[in-house]
Amino acid sequence: MILYALRRLVAGLVLAVLVTFITFLLLSTSFESVVRSILGLAATPESIASLTHSLGYDRPVLVQYFEWLGGLFTGDFGTSLFTSQPVAVAVTARLTVTLSLVATALTITVIISVLLGVAAATRGGAIDRISQGISLLGYIVPGLLLAIVLVVVFAVNLRILPATGFVPFAENPAKWAASITIPVIVLVIGGIASMTAQIRGSMIDELRKDYVRTLRTRGIPTNAIVLRHALRNASGPALTVLSLEFISMFGGSLIIENVFALPGFGSYSFNAALQGDIPVIMGITVFSVMLVVTVNLATDIANGWLNPKARMH
Amino acid sequence: MSIEQLVVEPSQVTVAPRRSVFGKLLRDPQAVITMAILFIIVMLGIFTPWLTSIDPNEAQLSAYNAPPGTPGHILGADQSGRDIASRLLHSISTSVIAGLIGASVALVIGTVFGLIGGYFGTKIRAGTEWLFNLIMTFPGLLLLILLMPVTKGDYRATMLIFGVLLSPGIFRIVRNLVVGVKNELFVDAARVSGLSNLRILARHVLFVIRGPIIIATAFMIGSAIGIQSGLAFLGVGSNTVPSFGAMIAEGFGNLYVQPVQFVWPSLMLGLMTASLVLLGNSLRDAFEGVRPKASRATRRPVTVITESAAADDALLVVQDLAIGYPTPSGGVREVVTGVSLRLEAGKTLGLVGESGSGKTQTAFAVLGVLPPDARILRGSITLNGRELLDLPEAKMRQLRGREIAYIPQEPMSNLDPSYTVGAQLVEGIRASSKMTAKDAKARVLELLARVGITDPRRTFDSYPHQISGGMAQRVLIAGAVASRPTLLIADEPTTALDVTVQADILDLLRDLQQEMGMAVLIVTHNFGVVADLCDHIAVMTDGTVVEEGTALDIFRNPQHEYTQMLLGSILEDTVVRTDAPSRPTTEAVS
Repeated sequence: MILYALRRLVAGLVLAVLVTFITFLLLSTSFESVVRSILGLAATPESIASLTHSLGYDRPVLVQYFEWLGGLFTGDFGTSLFTSQPVAVAVTARLTVTLSLVATALTITVIISVLLGVAAATRGGAIDRISQGISLLGYIVPGLLLAIVLVVVFAVNLRILPATGFVPFAENPAKWAASITIPVIVLVIGGIASMTAQIRGSMIDELRKDYVRTLRTRGIPTNAIVLRHALRNASGPALTVLSLEFISMFGGSLIIENVFALPGFGSYSFNAALQGDIPVIMGITVFSVMLVVTVNLATDIANGWLNPKARMH
Repeated sequence: MSIEQLVVEPSQVTVAPRRSVFGKLLRDPQAVITMAILFIIVMLGIFTPWLTSIDPNEAQLSAYNAPPGTPGHILGADQSGRDIASRLLHSISTSVIAGLIGASVALVIGTVFGLIGGYFGTKIRAGTEWLFNLIMTFPGLLLLILLMPVTKGDYRATMLIFGVLLSPGIFRIVRNLVVGVKNELFVDAARVSGLSNLRILARHVLFVIRGPIIIATAFMIGSAIGIQSGLAFLGVGSNTVPSFGAMIAEGFGNLYVQPVQFVWPSLMLGLMTASLVLLGNSLRDAFEGVRPKASRATRRPVTVITESAAADDALLVVQDLAIGYPTPSGGVREVVTGVSLRLEAGKTLGLVGESGSGKTQTAFAVLGVLPPDARILRGSITLNGRELLDLPEAKMRQLRGREIAYIPQEPMSNLDPSYTVGAQLVEGIRASSKMTAKDAKARVLELLARVGITDPRRTFDSYPHQISGGMAQRVLIAGAVASRPTLLIADEPTTALDVTVQADILDLLRDLQQEMGMAVLIVTHNFGVVADLCDHIAVMTDGTVVEEGTALDIFRNPQHEYTQMLLGSILEDTVVRTDAPSRPTTEAVS
């Protein structure tokens, strides 16, 4: 099990190096325009050349990349070209906002999807149609539209919830909850669409399997068969969807944050990219990849724990 | 060749006439409506230059926030005085182009690599798979934002990259289908007949994968349009390119002044993406048939009991049992059409017939574990004079595992892969008796030793994938006899096993039967098994018992021509297999 986790960890690190390298490679094509935008209208060929040199952008891309990578090991994520703020500090501050949103939404998504998916698969009928209806809704309505409609209804017309703004959890938990309620609802509706469908589908498949019948012939109660056996075996594919769900919620939250003016990753990334703040962009990339790697590792370990066969490869 | 492959089940021969995919689509209102909506929207996009003469970026200060219905501005103008109707029409092309770029890039990359990854050897397959997993593990939207310095925010360049991010979906579809098709006989046949690899791919594979690809394309266009709008909403891209996302952002910012402004682009965007997703669903139904419906796992079949044979003193009495399944056309197809069986305590009855004859369905009916959509149409099943068909599920559950037990055909698929062998057996024992966990474990170890497992402790702690098929069957036998049932139902208990193991398992069953005094109902197509174990035989075909009697009588003097045919083919089978290492059971017959 430990070996299995270690293998997944190494694979994750390789992934992180590759993604950051590709990003850096792509960004290296825009170094000149970045320098130009820092200098603004006063740019002369000489000043461009000298700033390019002092930023080190005139050296081979590989050298620059490995220097950046080496910095990571000493905890140096670089500083912003525009604000001179250390990247690590700024990124973590923004990440907390986004993560509190995504983690809350993901937890609620899992709870609802498991309940709904299992109920739909075992009971059929009305609850199955309801679950399929919700799935369809999540698929056909873009999150952006859902967010705007909910803001218009709950914040502008009914004035139940704040339309914009963010209150940190530590400051006032109640206000924090109110400030992320609509964003979380939007993410959850998008999330349960695929998650419920997945759990429903794999539960239906599991319940048709031979071992379920054999367990029944031994007099084991239906609830135990559904929850201990079928759900556990259905959880493998669901965990894969869960890690993909995290990635897509993380991406989706960038837009949602913008609708609700939450000071999260979205606006920060957008501004950094707009300005061409290379160190910040790289910092955001590496933090996101590490986040994805961590979540994938967690789901892999959970899968290995639930499904003994998965530990083998 | 076994009997199963020779005999075609008559009820399966009638196949509904196949309709073309397009014909199916035209009969599906959802498909027709969404295709019509998309057609109209695309037409509006194509004919935009003729529909409006107003430049979408032309700011008329006089028209600032003009309400809908203003002369010259049907839908009004935005806060810069730009005509909303014109911007809306021009946004259609932006969306459509974005969707087409995203989907085409994904299609080309996904298909090419999918064909390569699926067709060639394992190394290339693993390599491409790894590459596409890598693409999937990064939040696409974030990457598109971060790469703004590279794309300069141009939506077409952005969609090129997004196409790459979408490609893993197509890659997987194509690769899986290619692997499937490759393993099918016709590609082998094509290869034998001398076609080159490339032509095989072109001819067969591309034909098979077209359906799933068309479905995925509908979803991908929708998703590309959604992402493009999201990015435009955030402000990625030039503000001279009209798009729904940018219009929604402007309208949303203007919410308190002109609340209706964000409605138009939202409506258009919603209509397009919803139509694409719903069309994708319709396409899936048309290509792949309707998806599986959920059915209650616990539901008991609908039952009509004719009359209980309470007077009979046999252990198990089945009378005129009929089982049916609902057909798509609304009728009921009877798979068991009136079976009567009688089994006395401690005796063995062989229920013989080829697959599809209804013998397994009959066995499941006795156990009360028929699939949820099965219906018992009539008949009666009594155990010790007690009618089983009208017992509530809770009562029936108490009987299962205590009085009636079951040994399945395929040992591996009948063990839960996630629990150790021991845990599953302990759970079964504790469900049917009030044993402590410790006692149950001791009992399981004892049982495992009894069924001939040499290292019970090790097997107890093994997962099903760690033991062999023969061992798994012994484990299942241990699970079945754990509570000393009075009736054991064994469904083809040796069919899935190696010939060398078959005889051992049959010996074990016979020993256990004598030791515990169980009655055994053995379901099989193998007369060798029957000859080895059974006192009585019932021969089934087409859902009904055509002949029954003592084993000796039927072997010596088969009356029904079907029994004669079955016996004949089994004997030929034996001749062919005389070189097999151990086949004492069939030798006993001849």
